[in-house]
Amino acid sequence: MTDLMARVVVNVPAEAKKGEVIEIRTLAGHPMETGFRRTQLGELVPRDIIRSLVCAYNGVEVFRAELHPAIAANPLLTFTTVATESGTLEFRWTGDNGFSVTEKAVIKVV
Amino acid sequence: MRVWLLLLFPLAAAAAEIPLAERKSGYEFMSRETRAMQDDEVTGPAVLTLLDGEALWGKLGCGTCHTDMKGVAARYPAMVDGKLTTLEQQVRHRNPNLAYESRELLALTAYVARQSRGMPIDVKPVQPNLDAGKAFFFRRQGQLNLACANCHDDNWGKKLGGTPIPQAHPTGYPVYRLEWQSVGSITRRLRNCLTGMRAELLPHGAPELVDLELYLMWRARGMKMEAPAVRP
Amino acid sequence: MISRRAFLLLTLAAGTARAQLPPNIAEVRKAALQEAIGKVVGNSPVRTGRVKLDIPPLIDNGNAVPVTVEVQSPMTQADHVKAIHLFTERNPQPYVLSVQLGPRSGKARIATRARIGDSGDVIAIAQMSDGSFWSESVKVIVTLSACLEE
Repeated sequence: MTDLMARVVVNVPAEAKKGEVIEIRTLAGHPMETGFRRTQLGELVPRDIIRSLVCAYNGVEVFRAELHPAIAANPLLTFTTVATESGTLEFRWTGDNGFSVTEKAVIKVV
Repeated sequence: MRVWLLLLFPLAAAAAEIPLAERKSGYEFMSRETRAMQDDEVTGPAVLTLLDGEALWGKLGCGTCHTDMKGVAARYPAMVDGKLTTLEQQVRHRNPNLAYESRELLALTAYVARQSRGMPIDVKPVQPNLDAGKAFFFRRQGQLNLACANCHDDNWGKKLGGTPIPQAHPTGYPVYRLEWQSVGSITRRLRNCLTGMRAELLPHGAPELVDLELYLMWRARGMKMEAPAVRP
Repeated sequence: MISRRAFLLLTLAAGTARAQLPPNIAEVRKAALQEAIGKVVGNSPVRTGRVKLDIPPLIDNGNAVPVTVEVQSPMTQADHVKAIHLFTERNPQPYVLSVQLGPRSGKARIATRARIGDSGDVIAIAQMSDGSFWSESVKVIVTLSACLEE
């Protein structure tokens, strides 16, 4: 059942003019367990968060974010990039306990 | 004797019901920024749950029989095979392996409820359930001796511990509650209230909670569905 | 209904957990915040301005607070924002987010949802390509749900 569960959402305009600054919106499904919470019996729940998001545009890194426990669950990250050429934007989220998810988006630059 | 004064109190409770025209959704009690989270159809906090629901709908083959879910969530709780049934219970009826409050059940319910967005709530006044639900809403209970009506009919709009008291209309369930950091059902929220009131906790599927849900939806009749909403 | 045993364990654990928070917690967190900022800026001065930190002054629920940071900059190779750092004063640890930008970003504008544990300062610091640091600080009030689940 869980293999069908949506992990991430990436919103990139399908088409843009060359040189246009486009907005990229991303959402990742993750509880972002802070490591500061305690169970009802007082035990510390261990930290389990997404630590970074990297975006590469045709292989060139254009954005990097370092996330901390203070980012809310199901982390949203919105940023901008210049539409330089047609191609693929690749997004990679990595985190604790081997968490690693990639997503691609294709953009046509006219 | 002054006994006649006591007779005024039940009348006072009935008179405190919110007039239909003065009803407001919980949306109106939230900040601009929280409203924006609900309105964000691309990266709002409930979006992933909706996508999960859509995927499950396909995987479980619901679409083979159910071609159009528009308006369905706005009619629940409803009578099904002689029993008052909630939307979650109806979804579970077809998939009994889905536990209450499980990620899968919430995703499916959210997906179904989303199809009714913008439509007016349209439940039938099933008896004796509606009267039972209404009696529960007005009954004082728990260690604080509070009735739901005391806050949500008599004192809505005022602040409780710095937070505005809404009118408690279930227009947006299942809801992404920021407090939970996840999507949850109306039953979870009602159990939350019972804990907050220090009243006896009822389990998922309890007939009292089903009746209460019917009363709350009836009380909100005509108001627009917002599911899945975002609430603090 | 909770058993007597579990209840006693809970009280003991809660007591122990509470005892781990030092009485001068506000000062400890302020010092941690200054140390974190120091790691980013070193000895350079931090000037106020150019940074716009958009965060609701009255927060419905501290678990998910929408935050937008925008920095005035032409974002050219010669003059751009290298990084934006977000901190908060009253969390168990002061870091929220660090992003690395460059001329390919086009604009220095990012948005996220943060967890702000308590009323206090939220600080955004922009690191420029010329080595200078600019910041904005906003005081927020965090409200809690009146009825909690547990």
